[in-house]
Amino acid sequence: MANVRIPTPLRKLTEGKEEVTCAGATVRAVLDDLDRQHPGIKARICDDSGAVRKFINLFANDEDIRFLQNLDTPVADRDELSIVPAIAGGR
Amino acid sequence: MPSYQSFLSAVKAEVKETDVQAVKPLLDDPGRTVLVDIRERDEWTQGYIPGALWISRGFLESKIEDAVPDRDTPVVLYCAGGNRSAFAAKALQQMGYTDVASMAGGFTAWKRSGLPWKMPTVLTPEQSQRYSRHTLLPEIGEAGQIKLMESSALCIGAGGLGSPSSLYLAAAGVGTIGMIDDDVVDASNLQRQILHNLDRVGMAKVDSAEKTLRGLNPDLQVKKFQDRLTSDNVMEVLAPFDVIVDGADNFQTRYLVNDAALKLGKPVVHASIFRFEGQITVFPAEGGPCYRCLYPEPPPPEEAPSCSEAGVLGVLPGIMGVLQATETVKLMLGLGQTLAGRLLVYDALKTKFRELKLRRDPKCPTCGEGVDRSKIELIDYVQFCAGG
Repeated sequence: MANVRIPTPLRKLTEGKEEVTCAGATVRAVLDDLDRQHPGIKARICDDSGAVRKFINLFANDEDIRFLQNLDTPVADRDELSIVPAIAGGR
Repeated sequence: MPSYQSFLSAVKAEVKETDVQAVKPLLDDPGRTVLVDIRERDEWTQGYIPGALWISRGFLESKIEDAVPDRDTPVVLYCAGGNRSAFAAKALQQMGYTDVASMAGGFTAWKRSGLPWKMPTVLTPEQSQRYSRHTLLPEIGEAGQIKLMESSALCIGAGGLGSPSSLYLAAAGVGTIGMIDDDVVDASNLQRQILHNLDRVGMAKVDSAEKTLRGLNPDLQVKKFQDRLTSDNVMEVLAPFDVIVDGADNFQTRYLVNDAALKLGKPVVHASIFRFEGQITVFPAEGGPCYRCLYPEPPPPEEAPSCSEAGVLGVLPGIMGVLQATETVKLMLGLGQTLAGRLLVYDALKTKFRELKLRRDPKCPTCGEGVDRSKIELIDYVQFCAGG
């Protein structure tokens, strides 16, 4: 089981939970399980073609999955998957 | 018992002497040679040879190892007339320095030959007192403090992030701070924007910022821009500053700042805040990664609510802005390791900092391989979010 870290803007979809435990051997499978538990959240992370949206980054532990195997990046038990969206606030 | 004169002659016979004409080429090309001014402080403050390091005779033995760690580095010493530097050269020889010379005739002969010299920037007694906790740190010292005083930073936004970052930079003694913001102070700003106060509601934020910052440090120069950054003005606004401190409140400014900074070769200390969460990193002047490596595209407007719509914990920008000021000071001093290549994410609710690795995207349109940065086109994006 992997720990998925939910960023503030998406916590509306997880009843406020900042961490969700998900099953899956790849990032894709983990996201599918996350969507099963919290329907609609995957659509916020991935676009219609299934690719990760360009203003969101996924980090497997501390590595950006774009520089690993993207959604096919393997996920081990107790790995941490962080969802990090672009935020612009400064004021 | 030898007289001073015979002692001096004996020492001079044992050290290598050079003359001003032989030292002159070091002005243009010092190579590995280190030129050291060993006179007293009040002599040095009246003028010195450009490029020379100042270590007064009394501290020479204790400080030379830090300044010149390699004993085989060529060292040229000078004083006012060439006698003290001869004794000093002898001492360095005894410490194992293999290539030490004393400049005959000293600074007096140098000036008399019409060679260039300059007045050092020195701290006034008030400044020495004010910055003593900095100058006590060997990593900063008086030279570092002067570096800060000669440095400049541009704070983008005089709001949540710009308040703490500019306040700490002003306190640290940064010489010039630019503030760009087109807004006026509103009562709802005061929950977090500590540059401003209730008496200034309705006042331009850059004017309020100047008042606060100059009140804290009257030596500070504030350059005000009551404006928004656009593709027309961004190059001109950013160009004079050493470090860009990005505390903008919208995506279009952030992409514009990234692109212009890459064109100009300026480092950007980037932070952003949302509700209870903050992100901070440094986009270095050279290499990468840059903002576009991190987020190739901005989110659509409906996914990018601003603080005024989504709310923000008032203390959060304080923490992130102070981290920005820390990184800025480090960049100015060349100290430590910055957040370049690392994204620090702060969750205020959990009091958790997470560090994520950022990589330069070889295909990045602005800092990728083979990209000619001077040809980056500046774009005014459509309004992504409503702003502040």
